[in-house]
Amino acid sequence: MKEFLSSLLSSLDPQWMSLIWSLFQIAIVTACLILTVIFLVFFERKVIGYMHSRVGPNRVGPMGTLQSIADTIKLLLKEVIIPAKADKFFFLLSPILLLVPALAAWAVIPFSPEFIIADINAGLLYLLALTSFGVYGVILGGWASNSKYAFLGSMRAAAQMVAYEIAMGFALVGVLMASGSLKLGEIVAAQSGGVLSWFWVPLFPLFIVYFISGIAETNRHPFDLAEGEAEIVAGFHVEYSGIGFAIFFLAEYINMALISVLTSILFLGGWESFFAGLTFLEDSILAFVVEPSIFWLLIKALFFLFVFVWLRASFPRYRYDQLMSLGWKVLIPITIVWIGVECVMYVMQVGPWSVA
Amino acid sequence: MTESNLKLNFGPQHPAAHGVLRLIMEMDGEVIINLDPHIGLLHRGTEKLAEIKPYNHSIGYMDRMDYVSMMCCEHPYVLAIESLLDITPPKRAQYIRVMFDEITRILNHLLWLGCHGLDIGAMALFLYCFREREDLYDAYEAVSGARMHATYYRPGGVYRDLPEEMPQYKANKFISEKKVKRLNYNREGSLLDFIEDFTNRFPSLVDEYETLLTDNRIWKQRTVDIGVVTPERAMQLGFTGPMLRGSGIEWDLRRNQSYEVYDELDFLIPVGVNGDCYDRYLVRIEEMRQSNMIIQQCIRWLRENQGPVMIGDHKYRPPKRDSMKHDMESLIYHFKHFTEGYSVPEGNTYKAIEHPKGEFGVFLLSDGANKPYRLKVRAPSFAHLAAIDEMSKGHMLADVVSIIGTLDIVFGEIDR
Repeated sequence: MKEFLSSLLSSLDPQWMSLIWSLFQIAIVTACLILTVIFLVFFERKVIGYMHSRVGPNRVGPMGTLQSIADTIKLLLKEVIIPAKADKFFFLLSPILLLVPALAAWAVIPFSPEFIIADINAGLLYLLALTSFGVYGVILGGWASNSKYAFLGSMRAAAQMVAYEIAMGFALVGVLMASGSLKLGEIVAAQSGGVLSWFWVPLFPLFIVYFISGIAETNRHPFDLAEGEAEIVAGFHVEYSGIGFAIFFLAEYINMALISVLTSILFLGGWESFFAGLTFLEDSILAFVVEPSIFWLLIKALFFLFVFVWLRASFPRYRYDQLMSLGWKVLIPITIVWIGVECVMYVMQVGPWSVA
Repeated sequence: MTESNLKLNFGPQHPAAHGVLRLIMEMDGEVIINLDPHIGLLHRGTEKLAEIKPYNHSIGYMDRMDYVSMMCCEHPYVLAIESLLDITPPKRAQYIRVMFDEITRILNHLLWLGCHGLDIGAMALFLYCFREREDLYDAYEAVSGARMHATYYRPGGVYRDLPEEMPQYKANKFISEKKVKRLNYNREGSLLDFIEDFTNRFPSLVDEYETLLTDNRIWKQRTVDIGVVTPERAMQLGFTGPMLRGSGIEWDLRRNQSYEVYDELDFLIPVGVNGDCYDRYLVRIEEMRQSNMIIQQCIRWLRENQGPVMIGDHKYRPPKRDSMKHDMESLIYHFKHFTEGYSVPEGNTYKAIEHPKGEFGVFLLSDGANKPYRLKVRAPSFAHLAAIDEMSKGHMLADVVSIIGTLDIVFGEIDR
């Protein structure tokens, strides 16, 4: 593809060429993300439906597959209501503040060894920065709505985000120690060599903590206190309608996909195959299954997305203070302890450090 | 700039308000300082309406008192009329009433469990509960023709005997023959067979709900030590039913003031220990199992003993349709029954039953006319809701939702 484009644009300045190539990648990723969200909404409704012993959407299109597209069109066509006493500027700004970081974070995600929009050195730091930036959208949205329910929701979101950001950050420190790099591509490369050399083995507690914090970070059930439909109705986005609501929705699902992909990259070897390292396969006709490819990443991410949905279908919701104590008293101590354990492993030269 | 607590208007349109509850909450952050329930948004004047209608016409209104346990609301009303008329329904009618009271108890507790779970966030449970409620509604429909507001109990018995066959699904362009066959597997026989099949399945279904909740850490964190009511306070607050038994007081009108045939039946009364939301949850779960056993006993009795389901006196029951075709007396009785009704001797009475939510009582004052002089309903939820302020003080906003759930309130009977 790149060769084709470069031949096409060979007359252009190489600087221009790389700009056009980047824009092309951005367009592809963004389009794919939006399609992913449309698929995810349908996937979630179907999976939850079957878990609840009902069928889920089955009327629009074959097997209901067009349901989310119909919903999107409906939401886009609805009237945007701005509450009379809302702060109009921030009210309209906050969905964008939530969506932009959610999309921008994908810039450093390596989908395959070749496909990455910006392979920057501080990829992990960039991700941490952008995922925490999303909370501004939630807080501002709740605040600008000038509604007590939305206000309570955004207060909850702020506190929750601080608590879980720390646990998440510490989990990432563990990954950083194991891989010795902040570059996501190199983190995946450090895990090459089969299922057991992926980081989920030496960093198992961090893997669990990271995923739980990820659920909390995306405000998903059972940590969806910022929305808390039974308590504060819809929390921070209670006053949003039409496209505003749709953007909040879109950002939530993009974040869900981001957390799933990140968990796969950081702990489950990203694009590495499940069968990598099985030498008897490499010589047979099944050699293609040991090849690293984007499909492995997608399969892993889909599994985590399924877990997101599964948790939503079956768990009761935490209370606000219990969520806080889980974050501060359980998850953060676990990560700190495990970072200590990692130091010992580093000194004793076990696990991923044995080769170093 | 002065500092003040946050005042939040909760409801009447709120997903956790269970109808039209409006709460004015005074909160310090998320902690409840004061909680003021406002009621009356569903007031329909049922008690007053009953004063201008013949007795039988108000049975249908009673269904609409607590619209999730319909037949249990008819029951005290017909009991009160029967006690003033000094008539006793046949034994078979009493067994049918008891069976349907217990079916209603399961209906009510399933709705409570589903909504309580949904309030706390366990979404799956709600749909599982409604799946089972569907079967019980079918039983309602088979016996009375209505899925909800049955109007099935009558002074002197029940409207008609249990049907010998169940309505069945029919194939159409959406449902294939094969699927219809699967749907109809328990509808081949009589209503009793259908209910028996349900009672055989039900205990394992309750186990299923319990695996989702009883040992779930989040569920326990959300319910244990929330809304604690001491036994003394529960009595002072006028609690009845599972709310009282959850606090550890063994008081059940089915046992303590036995009515109908409950004294012939074998069942246990579960009581709680701590008086918190979790204990009340366990009490209600166990009550469903006990109700299931009572239904099984009723089915056994009803299979062995045939007989009338209504007293023979044409003053209180309409004559058969075909006797009206050739019998003058029957035609007169029929006309009188459906226009004027019957007169009830002067006097007053209070009859209460163990409704799924507590003691549901009817006070009836008659001046000898064909309609009540005064009807007063004692609704259990009213007393329970009155305690919400006391139960929620010091808890958080999310706990109020658990407490509303555990109160098991329905506004049809609170506002009447």
